[in-house]
Amino acid sequence: MVNLTAAEKTQVTNLWGKVNVKELGGEALSRLLVVYPWTRRFFEHFGDLSTAEAVLHNAKVLAHGEKVLTSFGEGLKHLDNLKGTFADLSELHCDKLHVDPENFRLLGNVLVIVLARHFGKEFTPDVQAAYEKVVAGVANALAHKYH
Amino acid sequence: MSLTKAERTIIVSMWNKVSTQADSIGTEALERLFASYPQTKTYFPHFDLHPGSAQLRAHGSKVVAAVGDAVKSIDNISGALSKLSELHAYILRVDPVNFKLLSHCLLVTLGTRFPADFTAEAHAAWDKFLSVVSSVLTEKYR
Repeated sequence: MVNLTAAEKTQVTNLWGKVNVKELGGEALSRLLVVYPWTRRFFEHFGDLSTAEAVLHNAKVLAHGEKVLTSFGEGLKHLDNLKGTFADLSELHCDKLHVDPENFRLLGNVLVIVLARHFGKEFTPDVQAAYEKVVAGVANALAHKYH
Repeated sequence: MSLTKAERTIIVSMWNKVSTQADSIGTEALERLFASYPQTKTYFPHFDLHPGSAQLRAHGSKVVAAVGDAVKSIDNISGALSKLSELHAYILRVDPVNFKLLSHCLLVTLGTRFPADFTAEAHAAWDKFLSVVSSVLTEKYR
């Protein structure tokens, strides 16, 4: 469960309302693969990921990034029950995708940085703090069903 | 882990821009650190940590000045930060996990202020550079 004050919840949803999920999702996932190249291990079937340029323009990466961020956005509507919301996805990531949950934390960090880039000053320390709680909550929810 | 030539070039050239806002970047990174990771405040019981406090500004300056020293001696970060490394190992003893947290907040601060310069490659280079700095600062811990 994530411990957000009412003010923090408002800050989170207000900012999210301005997010272009397709653009930021693609940017977040592609940056994950560029900044932490070992994460490419999960996407060998996406084609050319050999250089930063290739990653940043890879259509499959960008499409998948949009999918991931759309799902994240859904989670923001259920901040009081992230574990329930992401239960099925958690099982999928454990049983079928075999993704180390550390990767959820890495992606969360990259997402915060992408938000910072896009919103500049508006991404104040308080807004960041609220989002850090959210990304940590989502990462924990996605790890919750691991066994 | 060591920085490639390309990575060093990115860091050094971005630093020219970054250094013009060095003090406020340091202060902002610390504010972000304390807001997002309140446990980090336990290292500063003796400070007034309100945003804008003189102590916060002075300390933010110090931190970014040290980063600047590492940039200026990017081929020998270990040598440049040797004294700081000893300080952290024997006196300050900040738990190593906190270097990741401050590094993250520095990246966020750079992202908000230099969105165009902070490309994916620059992001990767800075993440790696700060990781090297963190390693140097903790290398004498035990």
